[in-house]
Amino acid sequence: MPKPVPTQKLIDGLLKGDRLALARAISRVEDDAEEAARLVQAVFAHTGKAHLIGITGAPGTGKSTLVSALVESFRARGLSVGVLAVDPTSPFSGGALLGDRVRMTGHSGDAGVFIRSMATRSGAGGLARASADAMLLLDAAGFERILVETVGAGQAEVEIASVADTVVVVEAPGLGDEVQAIKAGLLEIADIFAVNKADRKGAARTVAALEMMLETGSAAAQTILHHGQQMEAGAAASEAEAAGGWAVPVLQTVAVSGGGVGELRDALEGHRAWLGGSGALAAREKKRLDHMLQTLVQAELLARMERALSPDLRRDLVERMQRREIDPYSAVSRIMEGN
Amino acid sequence: MKHSQIRVLIAKPGLDGHDRGAKVIARALRDAGFEVIYTGIRQTPQMIAEAALQEDVDVVGLSILSGAHMTLCPKVVELLHTQGQEDVLVLLGGIIPDDDAAELRAAGVHAVFGPGTSSAEIIAFIQTAVASG
Ligand code: B12
Ligand SMILES: Nc1nc2c(ncn2[C@@H]2O[C@H](COP(=O)(O)OP(=O)(O)OP(=O)(O)O)[C@@H](O)[C@H]2O)c(=O)[nH]1
Ligand SMILES: [Mg+2]
Repeated sequence: MPKPVPTQKLIDGLLKGDRLALARAISRVEDDAEEAARLVQAVFAHTGKAHLIGITGAPGTGKSTLVSALVESFRARGLSVGVLAVDPTSPFSGGALLGDRVRMTGHSGDAGVFIRSMATRSGAGGLARASADAMLLLDAAGFERILVETVGAGQAEVEIASVADTVVVVEAPGLGDEVQAIKAGLLEIADIFAVNKADRKGAARTVAALEMMLETGSAAAQTILHHGQQMEAGAAASEAEAAGGWAVPVLQTVAVSGGGVGELRDALEGHRAWLGGSGALAAREKKRLDHMLQTLVQAELLARMERALSPDLRRDLVERMQRREIDPYSAVSRIMEGN
Repeated sequence: MKHSQIRVLIAKPGLDGHDRGAKVIARALRDAGFEVIYTGIRQTPQMIAEAALQEDVDVVGLSILSGAHMTLCPKVVELLHTQGQEDVLVLLGGIIPDDDAAELRAAGVHAVFGPGTSSAEIIAFIQTAVASG
């Protein structure tokens, strides 16, 4: 078995733009929490430069194809691009079939592009646990634009809003009469809507439906905020309103031919400029870092708890619960008290 | 084992459009708990090697039914080696005559699987080979 490359070598390599080092570093943050800590500690000071862009939307709307077209469009402007394409892990086998890459060919031989597929493993909300760390590594390696494709979002898979500067929600005509965004709860997190497959019938209707929802939706988003809690989802819209000024554009794209993709890129650049000018960029970053901290603290507490919780105690408590000698809440108290 | 979960790239090099076998294998490997990156058809050896690097895979699986294996496979092996991925396991499936298979094994392809091979056999081979490095 070949000796594993020392972590320090990976760090030095990826900071110099060594692609193999970057690839191996991403594997380590996926595989091992301690290695993740070591790598992120070493590269964190070199991050914060990239524009972090999330691409989400229902399955099959054309996210991967659109990502690929955007890569091309950014490259035409001389900007380097890192891509993270997330697909679901099978809950049955623990394996995954990562197929986004099929739509992302055509960037071969371009050192300004790096594409990585990632399985969600234990992650929730359409991303992997390691997604945020992998984004940091891509950022540290010098990629100027980082595109993250989430798994085809079903219900309220809005984790992406907590890790990206700008969120693009991809829709497509003919996914049924109802626009997918409503039920998926994606309306609140969209900074930009892309109605993809605009070459198909019904695109104009989808655009109109979205625009109407945006008009009524911005009021709804505020109400949500007033009632506290759903911070993450409502945050994008509320910030925009506070800063007086990002009107969520609804654009039409044809990812397969590149139609409208230049406009989407310009809207992304426009949103980045707006974020910077309005102070929302710093606010979002703060929120993102806070979210990262919270996630890591939760994971650490969980790990400690699991270490502290002896299998004997656990088994004993379960058996006593079964005999109705102790209720579940009191059992928890026992565990927290450590006896 | 290099990764906590085995990562496999399944690619179809050349102009060969027979993708049934590749897809069957990709699904079987996923169901065995592997993370499988499928790149689709019409891949050049350069594209395959590049994807293998970016994805940091343990295994590259090529599927060729067109007869072009003798030119495509050694090229993929060579590119993997020059980019520092000598440790990646290279497997080949499809329509491969025995004599060619022997020659390809000498050129760095670790194993060749023809029509009718069971998924179980392929899975077992990968698990053993990756575990022993
Ligand atoms: C179905 C088929 C087609 C379908 C393909 C549909 C598709 N999307 O895949 C269609 C009708 C489109 C087709 C077209 C052609 N075909 Co055709 N086709 C076949 C046929 C009958 C079966 C192939 C198949 O799907 N088998 C089922 C799968 C599951 O088996 P498999 O691919 O072999 O995979 C197994 C193993 O090989 C292995 N394996 C495969 N890949 C991998 C990868 C890894 C990593 C591993 C570990 C294992 C592994 O595991 C699998 C499970 O056991 C074969 C004959 C045959 N008996 O093989 C001819 C055959 C492959 N076709 C042939 C030809 C010539 C053609 C055409 C050129 C015909 C023409 N003149 O138009 C075209 C070319 C199409 C193209 N664009 O490339 C020839 C190839 C001759 C050669 N190599 O010298 C064959 C061998 C028929 C023959 N005897 O002449 N074909
Ligand atoms: N007509 C048309 N088809 C498109 C367009 N964009 C993508 N497609 C097709 O839509 C299908 C799905 O595209 P993908 O890019 O894989 O979609 P996705 O949203 O990434 O899919 P998942 O990752 O599985 O959720 C493919 O067959 C694409 O070729 C478009 O603009 N017009
Ligand atoms: Mg996709």
